Amino acid sequence: MDKHEIGILVVDDELIVRESLTKWFREDGFRTDAAENAAAALRKLQSSCWDIILVDIKMPGMDGIELLQRIKELKNDIIVIIITAFASVDTAVKALKQGAYDYVTKPIDPDYLDHLISKALNERSLVRENIKLKDAVSELSEKDVIIGESPEMQRVIEMVKTVAPTDTTVMIRGESGTGKELIARAIHNQSQRKYFPIVTVNCGALTETLLESELFGHEKGAFTGAQYRRKGKVELADGGTLFLDEVGNISPKTQMDLLRVLETKQFMRVGGSEIIHSDFRVICATNCDLEAAVRDGRFREDLYYRLNVFSIPLPPLRARRGDIAKLAHYFLEQYSKAMGKPRHGFTAEAMHALKAYDWPGNVRELENAIERAMVVSDGPVIDKQHLPVQTVLPATADGKRLEDVERRHIERILHETGWNISRSASILDIDRVTLYHKIEKFGLKRHQ
Amino acid sequence: MNSIYLLPLSGVEKELTEALVRPLQKAFHAEIAGMNAAVDMQSFYDEQRHQYNSTEILRYMREHFSNNHLRSPTLSHSKAYLAIAAQDLFIPILTYVFGEAELDGDIAVVSYYRLQNERYGLPPDRTLLVERLQKEAIHELGHAFGLVHCQTQACVMHTSTYVEDIDLKGIPFCDVCLKILQRSKGRT
Repeated sequence: MDKHEIGILVVDDELIVRESLTKWFREDGFRTDAAENAAAALRKLQSSCWDIILVDIKMPGMDGIELLQRIKELKNDIIVIIITAFASVDTAVKALKQGAYDYVTKPIDPDYLDHLISKALNERSLVRENIKLKDAVSELSEKDVIIGESPEMQRVIEMVKTVAPTDTTVMIRGESGTGKELIARAIHNQSQRKYFPIVTVNCGALTETLLESELFGHEKGAFTGAQYRRKGKVELADGGTLFLDEVGNISPKTQMDLLRVLETKQFMRVGGSEIIHSDFRVICATNCDLEAAVRDGRFREDLYYRLNVFSIPLPPLRARRGDIAKLAHYFLEQYSKAMGKPRHGFTAEAMHALKAYDWPGNVRELENAIERAMVVSDGPVIDKQHLPVQTVLPATADGKRLEDVERRHIERILHETGWNISRSASILDIDRVTLYHKIEKFGLKRHQ
Repeated sequence: MNSIYLLPLSGVEKELTEALVRPLQKAFHAEIAGMNAAVDMQSFYDEQRHQYNSTEILRYMREHFSNNHLRSPTLSHSKAYLAIAAQDLFIPILTYVFGEAELDGDIAVVSYYRLQNERYGLPPDRTLLVERLQKEAIHELGHAFGLVHCQTQACVMHTSTYVEDIDLKGIPFCDVCLKILQRSKGRT
């Protein structure tokens, strides 16, 4: 910002002070003006934009302190510097409490005034930069969108809105691929902690000792290979959110350590003796039956209650089929942009297949299917043939029994051969009669 | 050709006034002339502060010498007045000033009281004093010719509130200030 864009208003009942200061600032290249009393200052405040206002504390009528309050009510980001005839601690403290940036005593040391103005402007530019960065962060975080118009997802979105501004511990439950981390991020991004990090710990992917070091960090030499001191995720989450994914998989010892840190917000690094404080919110996620784990003694009951304060159940994709089309279009648009391959949509057949499939891998599987279709397709629309084979088969109950596997396999081969019975029987290495029996037994029908 | 009139106030060493002639000629492409006017310094003295009010000195100069009212943007020939003081100057709101000028006016005053090393407990340095005075005289006249403080550290128009700041900057104008000066009412 150029100096001539910065406005400084001098408010003082003494003409000589107004003249001297405005001249001083004008020589410095600032846009400047003066007001002889509070009323005139307030009028100038309405008619023009000011960055810094120097206010004499003793003026007839409304005094400097009162004017300071009025200025702050009207425009809180204006820098107000109080001018006093003599340094009075009480007055200065009062002014600072009311939001004055600083105070100067008459006569003012020119060097001090110069530094004070520079310091105030620098600080304000940092504040503005900070606001800009926060806006940019908000804009970026808004990219984590939750797609879902189904009543099930609308309930989830409502729950996120309710719990996000509080500091309550949240437990997100749902099958693998339902978007538990996305929900955790949405809660974090709508909370007061959004300008601090959200730190994810995948509890299921680490061994007991590694998880302990991952959570709490370690001191140099704490164990073989610990060549440097390392901060743990709990420490890194200070001010923000700690997201414990697959929390049902942690060992009994780590459960105990975790319980202690959740209760006290204090911990020690592995191999260390220094007590470290960290202020964080906990969001955890699991696809395990934690209640059963508590009953079996695999999960501590006290930790369960500590974590399960506000539970958000995420529906599997098959339970909200109404969202499949919107999700599919969303992923198509994302991958079109990322791959630079414009695709305008899906054929009716492809969309039918997407809606009919059970999606055992939930939204993650759908996303992968769309990504794959984007890779293999070359036309403007995604057709059924571009989708992974399992998705184009009719929806079935998800089972793991041998009979289910057999049915799925026969169905897939029939689909691949276009229901050519002889070829299918040959591939399956059974005779045609047996194949007819199987088709009848499983109630398989050819889909046009 | 422009003219700059030098007005040494009471107690000013002749040699210091003479030391300003060449640098001012060079900086402003101006004719330099000396003035002999009996100015009563006592009328600018503030008994409480034991300092001299530079704003009052400028007021006196405006009343007695200024031809500001005659100036027009097309006037190719104009005059400016620089008073030189040996006394400590102040403006009412500030503790001290090295000088003061009427921004875009035609009067300025500069003091060498606080430019002397001995004021800071250091041994006297005549060369340094002359150099500081030359810089501050050009600086104040720069204001009178419409220049404001410059961000360029080496430029003579860079702000200097401490005497050390004066030593850090150079005597010439930077390119930007020079261009503004050349456009300023056709005075240089």
